[in-house]
Amino acid sequence: MGILEVKDVNKRFGGLQALGDVNLSVAENSVHAIIGPNGAGKSTLLNCLVGKLIPDTGSVMFAGQSVLGRKPYQINQMGISRVFQTPEIFGDLTVFENMMIPLFAKRDGAFRLHAFEGVAAERDLTEEARRMLDEVDMLDKGDAHAGSLSRGDKRRLEMAMCLIQRPRLLLLDEPTAGMARADTNNTIALLRTIKEKRDITMCIIEHDMHVVFSLADRITVLAQGTPLVEDTPENIKGHPKVKEAYLGEAA
Amino acid sequence: MLGLGKKDTLLLLLVTALTLCAPFLLNPFPVNGGLAQFNAGYPDLMQRFVIFGIFAIGFNILFGLTGYLSFGHAAFLGAGSYAAVWMFKLLSMNVLPAILLSVVIAGIFALMIGYISLRRSGIYFSILTLAFAQMSFALAYSVLTPITNGETGLQVTLSDPRILGVTANADGSIPVTHLFGIEMRATEVLRMGAWEFQFSAGYYLCAVMMLLAFYLAIRIFRSPFGMMLRAVKSNQQRLYYTGVNARPYTLAAFVISGMYAGLAGGLLAAMDPLAGAERMQWTASGEVVLMTILGGAGTLIGPVLGAGVIKYFENIFSKLNENVLHGWFAFLPDGIEDVLVAVIYPFVGKGWHLTLGLMFMAVVIFLPGGLVEGGQRITRLFRRGRSPEAQRRRTPAE
Amino acid sequence: MEAIILQTLNGLDKGSAYALIALGLTLIFGTLGVVNFAHGALFMIGAFCAVTLQRILSASFVTLDETRTDFLGNPMKVETPYVEAWFGPELGGSIIEWSVPLAILFSIPIMAAIGIAMERGLIKHFYKRPHADQILVTFGLAIVLQEIVKHFYGANPIPTPAPDALTGSYDFGVLLGFDPNVIIYPYWRLVYFAFAALVIGAVFAFLQFTTFGMVVRAGMADRETVGLLGINIDRRFTIMFALAACVAGLAGVMYAPINSPNYHMGMDFLVLSFVVVVVGGMGSLPGAVLAGFLLGILESFASMTQVIALIPGINQIVIYVVAIIVLLTRPRGLMGRKGVMED
Repeated sequence: MGILEVKDVNKRFGGLQALGDVNLSVAENSVHAIIGPNGAGKSTLLNCLVGKLIPDTGSVMFAGQSVLGRKPYQINQMGISRVFQTPEIFGDLTVFENMMIPLFAKRDGAFRLHAFEGVAAERDLTEEARRMLDEVDMLDKGDAHAGSLSRGDKRRLEMAMCLIQRPRLLLLDEPTAGMARADTNNTIALLRTIKEKRDITMCIIEHDMHVVFSLADRITVLAQGTPLVEDTPENIKGHPKVKEAYLGEAA
Repeated sequence: MLGLGKKDTLLLLLVTALTLCAPFLLNPFPVNGGLAQFNAGYPDLMQRFVIFGIFAIGFNILFGLTGYLSFGHAAFLGAGSYAAVWMFKLLSMNVLPAILLSVVIAGIFALMIGYISLRRSGIYFSILTLAFAQMSFALAYSVLTPITNGETGLQVTLSDPRILGVTANADGSIPVTHLFGIEMRATEVLRMGAWEFQFSAGYYLCAVMMLLAFYLAIRIFRSPFGMMLRAVKSNQQRLYYTGVNARPYTLAAFVISGMYAGLAGGLLAAMDPLAGAERMQWTASGEVVLMTILGGAGTLIGPVLGAGVIKYFENIFSKLNENVLHGWFAFLPDGIEDVLVAVIYPFVGKGWHLTLGLMFMAVVIFLPGGLVEGGQRITRLFRRGRSPEAQRRRTPAE
Repeated sequence: MEAIILQTLNGLDKGSAYALIALGLTLIFGTLGVVNFAHGALFMIGAFCAVTLQRILSASFVTLDETRTDFLGNPMKVETPYVEAWFGPELGGSIIEWSVPLAILFSIPIMAAIGIAMERGLIKHFYKRPHADQILVTFGLAIVLQEIVKHFYGANPIPTPAPDALTGSYDFGVLLGFDPNVIIYPYWRLVYFAFAALVIGAVFAFLQFTTFGMVVRAGMADRETVGLLGINIDRRFTIMFALAACVAGLAGVMYAPINSPNYHMGMDFLVLSFVVVVVGGMGSLPGAVLAGFLLGILESFASMTQVIALIPGINQIVIYVVAIIVLLTRPRGLMGRKGVMED
């Protein structure tokens, strides 16, 4: 039984079958990649996992509980964090404040009226934020406005914001999309460190085969809304069906 | 001090000093001099400065922090005024219960309107709040006349019960508002040579209220709650996926700012015990938006500054008439004098709103951060001139 | 039955004004993505175009009539409008009388010029700014325009009558087989409705059947793509803004006889027109027109004494109540499209 169990999920948009009978099992503390050509339904599947979309049929279970019908913030409170395709951060806040928000959310839940004590008085949390910033090598940028960071730094900040909540599952939506090779390699290195240092499950949606094969323990290939194969990277590489559906096109 | 950082403490002390010394600072010109018309140190105007300061501080907690632009905040001010006058009619002329009730009523009113309006964001939110405020205004004018006394406005009369006070004074006059015996209209006049300074009990009550409101606003700005509100403005999507439900935060901000508006409305009634529906009209809501933007939305001192500037110009500018202008330019040759007066006259006196509109447009176009940003730009200009080295080191931190 | 017909008719003229203003607002909003709080001011300026033309045409010179004397025994001063002197009292008199319809021609170039100046001078700098900034700057502009008009025309309403031929009322009831004097309706309101229908039809035809209109509609649906096609959207936007200004102005010109123009009439209509736009659905032109008429008629029904007796004050708030209900149940309005202003 994996930490994330997707069973018979179907989703239609008008006449388009975006997802058809998707079954997926993500094992705890593994890195599971979902690949597939454009329009294969990867993003739709991800949106079903985080509560942005509700599947027409089927079930999505996380750690034994259903996520269906819950709002995105409730799903986050269950222990699922999400990294977006283009980094979503609080651009008007400082890098340090960007780290504090997820910490407050983790400690106080979806809402708590802390209107009188200063942020600076929360010594435990500020210390934790500093440690995390140090870990991703951004401590010196703590007072900068997050909106003024480079794209690579924004990506690192977003990941740090997710990780500081100690999620059990981290969903990554094309984390290297639009990045130069060097930045991509940095991101891969960062994800590797995360994987080694923490007990965390990662689910990556990715286009870039280099990224997928450097990180993933298991790969699911999605085509036209249905899983084609699910296997280890080694086996996927030589799989004829995959070549036909995907790699052939990429090459 | 008081749980504030060094910079905030300094700011609070500065504002306290300015507010308490306002009767001196605002009357810099001798009473009989030609410039006496620029004096603003009389109780009525000073009270307006601080009361609208409170209104703008509260509006800024909503608009400045969350970015939700409400066009209906005057409704809460009006509700506060009505509540206070009813307290004067039914309970006593003591201002304390009246102000308390006006804050509570405005809070409840804001909770109801906010609960519905905050289901939408952006321009839809603005229009919903506008619709609610216009609705309140229309109702106050017509159907709710038993509560609001319609077009005439609500006033204290000689036949009110006032169960804890007196219905009428011994001499048959209507009792005046007071705080445990200190009459709000009581004014001490201090004459020093050609100068005259007025110290009004009402002003100082309002001033203390504003300082409390300002202090509370600083605490909110620096609190985790304030940070969440800024996060709402910055990126709601990220906030949502970070496990935070934005709506209760925005609703709390809406209610708090509604209570500030109620406090301002209650104080207006405490200074002059009447309340009219026009206080709820959307132009009144527009006015507080102007104050906040003019001073600098999202800054601490901006709204107070904006309220002061607008109320000052409203009172002083609108008093200038053609004769006063002719008096100023009398030293010039006749032709030039007439031209100058003809050019300036449309912008003062009854035309003061024209100046207001132009000023407002100029601020939105050139100085979106308001007067506070203007001040910062000027200081930066000076600093750069003095020490380019220090400036360079400073930039990354900003 | 009579009451229903009467109230529907009564709602038509206000509904026409709402529909015309909302149409302009939606054009600006849909094409330029700008929320224009100064649109009510354009309506008001239109009404004052009618006032101005009437004043120009009535400009008179004074002569002394030696044959008559006033109450002080001096020779009587007689004011003769120039037009009457030029065209003779007969024709000149009717020119003055028909000044409101004539103001339609007079106002179009003025409104277009104001629209172009506004768009080029101010609005275009706000395309990229947040909607809150757009609201604020156009709100400031509305105050300025309103104050300028007040400076020149004063604060009191200025009666601007319709031509005598159109001032009477028409007995609709007789036409439909009811008793006389049951359904009477002023001619001018009928004219206003017909005029509004004509303008709305013209705008729709323009958008539907011209290449220009097609590009604009495409721009409303997907601005970026149209921009990528190398079509100069900016110039078209200027023209659209001028068109919207003309529509608002014309609505104002013809409204002058119904409601004597005053400097704040624009603001009064603006708030309601915004509500109309929201109810109709932001960015939907048919929605704006439909909601305009619907709300106008609804307002007139709510003003019936029987309804007020049932729900006191409903006539004052019915439009807002409808708006709140619509916004909460159908956030995109009656005919709104997905993805418009949902950030």
